[in-house]
Amino acid sequence: MNVLQQINSWPIYLICGLIILFVLIMSAFFMIRAWRAGLAIGIDGAKLRRAVVSSISFTLIPSISILLGVIALSGSLGVPLPWVRLSVIGALHYETSVADIAARAIGLSGLNGAEMTLSAFTTIALVMSAGIIWGMVLTVFFNKRYTNRLSSPKKKSEGGKGFGDVAMVAMFIGLVAAYVGSYVGTFTSTGNFVPLVVLVVSALSMALFTYLSEKKNITWLENFSVAASMLIGMAASIAVGAII
Amino acid sequence: MDKNTFFEKYNARTHVYGRVGLIIGLILMMGFPFAMGMVLHAMPDMKAFWKGFLQVAVVYIPSCAVEFLIYTPMMGSGGSYLAFITGNLINMKIPCMMNAKEITKAEAGTPESEIVATLSIAASAMTTTAVIAVGVLLLIPLQPVLSNPILAPAFDNVVPALFGALAYQYFRKGIKIVAIPLVVMCAMFVAVPSLIGSVGFMIIPSGAMAIGIGYVLWKRERKKENE
Repeated sequence: MNVLQQINSWPIYLICGLIILFVLIMSAFFMIRAWRAGLAIGIDGAKLRRAVVSSISFTLIPSISILLGVIALSGSLGVPLPWVRLSVIGALHYETSVADIAARAIGLSGLNGAEMTLSAFTTIALVMSAGIIWGMVLTVFFNKRYTNRLSSPKKKSEGGKGFGDVAMVAMFIGLVAAYVGSYVGTFTSTGNFVPLVVLVVSALSMALFTYLSEKKNITWLENFSVAASMLIGMAASIAVGAII
Repeated sequence: MDKNTFFEKYNARTHVYGRVGLIIGLILMMGFPFAMGMVLHAMPDMKAFWKGFLQVAVVYIPSCAVEFLIYTPMMGSGGSYLAFITGNLINMKIPCMMNAKEITKAEAGTPESEIVATLSIAASAMTTTAVIAVGVLLLIPLQPVLSNPILAPAFDNVVPALFGALAYQYFRKGIKIVAIPLVVMCAMFVAVPSLIGSVGFMIIPSGAMAIGIGYVLWKRERKKENE
């Protein structure tokens, strides 16, 4: 069995499936409790039903875009790991960049299926988990204190954008700038322009999706824009390979 | 028991169940790479783990902290316990919950808002899990197609594909912040190609530069607003 077959084997599916089952049970438990509490404090059952039904219909389409993310990562990390990572805490932009950073730390040239080893795979999985759990850790320790403090009377918000929002955008700009720079460097030093072409095609696709959703009011496209732009960019690499 | 006392008790129990659930979740999350290592007879390489983790931590721990501070008040206690374990906050849980609150006309800060947020996030999480699980089952027979060598270049370029989409999204949001880090990073990678293998470390100076510029611009904007 090659590496990809081993990381797609049923025991790996079973391990990942158990974690997903736990999250599913926890969600169902919280939902039943909230429903009962809602009825007990006098909220109309029809209102509770509306909250659930609207949330299911709202989530259906964007969920398919997460599935596209699983497909995008399946060539290098198999199916079970992206499945668990994108079902529990994950987000596509986080998982892909962290998997790439971890792959490089191990000594691979980046996130690619051809160089993957079993030890690299489990190390990548550990880095992906350890990097994303901090929201959970903070919630375990501080949620109670924080939400209790918030429920006490407070001053009206000052308005204007907080520095937190600016810092978050800036941090991601820094991250993306470093990667864009590395693809420019790869092209000038090795002549390999494929990553740069993929980057540009993906950015142009994203621009098109944004234009269609914002200017033409095709708002449902917004949910697919990142995953679909990625798939178009990835397809461009196959086209470039066929041409050269 | 009157409604207020009942709701206070409900909230207190939410914290207990939420903490227990998240602690179990944390153990599972940190344990499953080792469980896979045992099955595959290939444990994680701890030296490489620490090297990778330090690079990841610099960017993502502050980002997790900001998400916790910003989104917890919107989601309430029950909703945030669930949302922080199920993920996809910005792209799914938050807009989904805001939509449910809007539809049910639940006023912020009321018990009704807390209940609707929990129901909405739970329903959203269960839907996503179900859709992905069905999709994964359908993917299993497609695996020989997905591992076809013709598709290999596509899967090897997942990362540039992601950063292309993100570049458009984030550069647009902070157009004034972009220029300097982008030019400096391009110049450094062109001048010193050996840095390409350490792109994870280069995120640190690049991120610091962007945050610094962001801070100066934010300060200037605040000053203008106050004048």
